[in-house]
Amino acid sequence: MESTQSFRFFNRGPSPMVRLVFFAVLSMLLLFVDARYRYLESTRSALSILVSPIQRVAAWPGLLWQQLGDFYITQSKQHDLITANEELNKQHQYDAAQLLQLQTLQAENQQLRKLVDLPLRAEYSTQMVEVSYAERDVFRRRLLVNKGENANIMLGQVVMDDAGIVGQITRVYPWLSEVTLITEKDHAVPIQVLRNGLRAIVFGSGDTSQLSLRYMPVGADVQTDDILVTSGIDGTYPPGIPVAKVIKVERDPAYPFASITCLPVAGVDNHRHLLVLSGIPGMPERPAQQSAAGNDDKRAKTKRKN
Amino acid sequence: MQYTAINARSEIQRPVSNTFILMSVLVALFLNGLPWEGFWLMLRPDFVAVVLLYWCMHKPWRLGIGLSWAVGILADVADASLFGQHALAYSVLAFGGVVLNHRLQMFDLRQQTTHVFGIMVVTYSVYAMVHWLLNGNVVWLYFLGSLTSTLLWPPLCILFQAMRQKPVERE
Repeated sequence: MESTQSFRFFNRGPSPMVRLVFFAVLSMLLLFVDARYRYLESTRSALSILVSPIQRVAAWPGLLWQQLGDFYITQSKQHDLITANEELNKQHQYDAAQLLQLQTLQAENQQLRKLVDLPLRAEYSTQMVEVSYAERDVFRRRLLVNKGENANIMLGQVVMDDAGIVGQITRVYPWLSEVTLITEKDHAVPIQVLRNGLRAIVFGSGDTSQLSLRYMPVGADVQTDDILVTSGIDGTYPPGIPVAKVIKVERDPAYPFASITCLPVAGVDNHRHLLVLSGIPGMPERPAQQSAAGNDDKRAKTKRKN
Repeated sequence: MQYTAINARSEIQRPVSNTFILMSVLVALFLNGLPWEGFWLMLRPDFVAVVLLYWCMHKPWRLGIGLSWAVGILADVADASLFGQHALAYSVLAFGGVVLNHRLQMFDLRQQTTHVFGIMVVTYSVYAMVHWLLNGNVVWLYFLGSLTSTLLWPPLCILFQAMRQKPVERE
């Protein structure tokens, strides 16, 4: 029985070795093409339609667990909920007062900008998304969220939570999109130090939930507890959104650059619901390359890399 | 002794339906897709790999290297990893299963498990190698998964044998 079956198998086609070599070469080709050129995004999104039902089903146990937790909380901790609600109400009133102030300031700012003929600061709209699941590779910091092409999510849109920047959309599927977190290795965000307006770029470190300010000279005016906000000069991130807080500055004269460690302000690893910003106007076209723009050039290159 | 026992059992097993194979692979994809996080993610056995290896060893003419490769592509899409990473790993795994098919059928479960461990280590080294080529560092923690996957092998074997036997007993 056994031998006839395997006999049939070996007669049916090429030997296992040939098959292995064929498929191994095919996979390596795919790996190379995907890693280098990213030509296969459309294939990927087509195949994701096949896989997404399984993924949706796989997300159920987690959701169920969460709903159970919610149910338990509403049943047993009503008192806590009432106090939390009161606190939130207070906070809301306080915020509302501040918002009114902000609106008058915005109007004033717009008028002043009109007077001096500067382009107006853009208003951006937001979309709420829910995290479907985190990527399986422990060493990459990416999330998949539950809206994609169907909700007009676009490549490069900024993802944030209530406190600050969380990441950026790096891949869009029909019903899902992939968010690369700012803590992903080598992901760059152009920032400004809030205290003194110093421009720099903050990079993710990949293995921890930390960020680092690279290429800052030892004498750069950065202190611990400095807040870093987006500078907005890249046209991808809107200006003035908090990104990170400096927690450690090491200045070793032996190295040309200071080693500056920051923690993200936003709950990069915490939330289930995130906001996707849309409607950020593009930048005016870059002028033709000039040799004097060497510094800016470098910055643009690091930006493009992510 | 063990050999005859297994052989005797496999002879009264009824032929496996394609639906059963497909369902097992789908369930494995589902188990892989559960919200594993952090340390648990590192400890997570690769259910798909274990199921594919089982079928490659027991029914190589039904689920071979080609289909394993296809499942690998689906796993790549599900994990949003690079195209071809799982596909390559699963082709290697399937090759291990197909080639060792006859030998493994003769072993008892313990000996099978040691062989499976070898195949799993090779499979996981594919992931580690891809990671190394892309990021330049070898991550030894990846190999934790090969250990847990191997531990999954005996229970899965027993479960599948039982599931394949059941309808025969009823008749």
